[in-house]
Amino acid sequence: MTAMRQIQYREALNEAMCEEMVRDERVFLMGEEVAEYNGAYKVSQGMLDQFGARRVVDSPISETGFSGLGIGAAMYGLRPIIEFMSWSFCLVAADQIINNAPKMLYMSGGQFPVPIVFRGNNGAGGQLGSTHSWSVESMFASVPGLKMAIPSTPYDAKGLLKTAIRDDDPVFFLESERLLGFRGPVPPPEEDFTIPFGQADVKLPGSDCTVVALGRPVHFALQAAVELAKEGIFCEVIDPRTVRPLDIDTIVASVRKTNYLVIVDQTWPFASVAAEIAMQVYERAMDDLDNKIVRVNNEDVPAPYNRAMEQEMLPNVRKICEAVRAVTYAA
Amino acid sequence: MTTVTSQNKAARLSDSLDAQALLGMLSQMMAIRRFEERCAQSYQQAKIGGFCHLYIGQEAVAVGSVAGLQPGDPIITSYRDHGHALARGMHPNYAMAELFGKVTGCSKGKGGSMHFFDKPRHMYGGHAIVGGQCPLGVGLAFAIQYLKEPKVCACFLGDGALNQGAFHESMNLAAIWNLPIIFVVENNSYSMGTHIARGTAGAEDLSVKATAYGMRFARCDGMDVLAVYDCFKGLGDAIRSGQSGPVFVDCQTYRYKGHSMSDPQKYRTKDEVTTFEERDPINRLVNSLVESGRATQEQVDELDNQAKRQALDAVKYANESPEPDVQEEMFTDVYSQPYGPYKLGQLPIMLTDSEEGQST
Ligand SMILES: Cc1ncc(C[n+]2csc(CCOP(=O)(O)OP(=O)(O)O)c2C)c(N)n1
Ligand SMILES: [Mg+2]
Repeated sequence: MTAMRQIQYREALNEAMCEEMVRDERVFLMGEEVAEYNGAYKVSQGMLDQFGARRVVDSPISETGFSGLGIGAAMYGLRPIIEFMSWSFCLVAADQIINNAPKMLYMSGGQFPVPIVFRGNNGAGGQLGSTHSWSVESMFASVPGLKMAIPSTPYDAKGLLKTAIRDDDPVFFLESERLLGFRGPVPPPEEDFTIPFGQADVKLPGSDCTVVALGRPVHFALQAAVELAKEGIFCEVIDPRTVRPLDIDTIVASVRKTNYLVIVDQTWPFASVAAEIAMQVYERAMDDLDNKIVRVNNEDVPAPYNRAMEQEMLPNVRKICEAVRAVTYAA
Repeated sequence: MTTVTSQNKAARLSDSLDAQALLGMLSQMMAIRRFEERCAQSYQQAKIGGFCHLYIGQEAVAVGSVAGLQPGDPIITSYRDHGHALARGMHPNYAMAELFGKVTGCSKGKGGSMHFFDKPRHMYGGHAIVGGQCPLGVGLAFAIQYLKEPKVCACFLGDGALNQGAFHESMNLAAIWNLPIIFVVENNSYSMGTHIARGTAGAEDLSVKATAYGMRFARCDGMDVLAVYDCFKGLGDAIRSGQSGPVFVDCQTYRYKGHSMSDPQKYRTKDEVTTFEERDPINRLVNSLVESGRATQEQVDELDNQAKRQALDAVKYANESPEPDVQEEMFTDVYSQPYGPYKLGQLPIMLTDSEEGQST
């Protein structure tokens, strides 16, 4: 492998889209402010200049309209990337994205695949109040027919987005606004690297407690691991990277080694991704657990505006440390 | 906004259709009518489950529009989709088998009445969420424009869909991007039991919907297959040649039967139904053909007998078709690139097994 570069998460996303658009004429980007404004969060910076208005398309504020448009275009053989300014706004397009995209292949008896990527910011933390602070992974992960990726680093962002664009199924790609400026190592552009779906990444090896986290909370888990290491507790931080498919095997293998599991999930606890992972671990490795599984979810309330309240509502480093200490009987 | 009416008696595009083409349209309408009658019967016998919405009375809309368009033009519609599939040439056997939930159905028994699809014939589905097909139709038109193809998308919807946000967003997107699409309201005056006047602002003149988006408007008599043909032939060619942008068409029609198979029809009078039955699109074409000497009564009767036989054969085919292997078929077609418990499926036999699968 050639030398890695340090680039931002948003640059990684931009590179993935540009490379795939050069590679495949059928790929186009559509969304609000993606073209002339260069992206509400500058993810599509420069793409209009590079590809022109045919392939980088500013849509009016019509999530139902343009997400459905993308699905129709995908049925016809194009490979759309549909950007939601925020996943919070996809809710007005729910029928299109969860009724049409993931079910079309099945309902048509295999006649109409829908190769589309829906992508955008997911998650709270910017003091935007409840309407703008959605994390949609738990709500949508239960829908068969879609795939879901949640990158936590620039490396994963690029590799997973390229895979998403090449995938023949609808992919829900959940980015984090809070991570857009985060820098990390990414292979050079000439290296055509992709990350297969369904392969968890061990973000930090450890022996004492498995901590599973997705998206932005991966970084909280890593910070917690640094704190806990000072106390002699060595966490193994696992980032599944995709929820559908979910690499449960890597999680289970880790649990067999550490015998303890904490799951961090930036959605609400009831029927959440964390609840699902816990269940799957119980089904496979109950006898390997030396304590119950502990979840660190959002508190079960709407996202508040107040900064302190918001931070306390979300998973955070302190809560993860407390959970690990409790589950490993170190508290 | 331009208003096109099909009442231009001077010269109609359909004047140039020969007897064979006219008889073709007639036999398609008859095929749909007889197919739907067999559906109703099979539904009563509990061979068909779920919701089943019949197209009886509206045949001229699907047949006339499909005849006016090119075979490669994509079409997409709502859950009242049997007529569109048959008009596009789907063999009735695969349509009926789908209703019976058989693996030989057009969607392998996984879609049912409201979800017919026929890829080789560019039929992009029946869609059962009211208005939900409108953005998809816009996407088909967007793809046509993106790929610079000389095609037009016809997106059919019921009058009830006029009140859905998806419809309005779709009209706006089609207008601002000048997409090659015809929105076709199959205006049968009712969404279930709600008369259009009770549910839709501007119902007395739907051209206002087009005006609101700066879009071209056309109105046509959906009980007259030749009027529908004229309308779509003219509009399709105009869009294809770049002389027209998107169009919104109010196709006035009527469903003789209830909304679905369980509808006591308290919201309308028998007289109203009779008034429309007197304008029946099939009788109307038969009369015109026979009176003008372009066909004999015997010819017409033979076509109808054919349609009846075909419908009966379709029931037989559906009855005799195998049930899917439940465990096997359940997990196929969920993903194109499957993982875990999912498997790749085979295409419906409609596409693979016979010459029926060949695109026209
Ligand atoms: C979003 C949504 N709401 C309600 C329904 C239930 N529903 C099915 S058909 C229908 C009436 C639609 O009437 P119209 O659009 O005029 O079509 P028609 O039945 O006359 O063909 C309703 C309310 C639905 N399928 N989707
Ligand atoms: Mg109606």
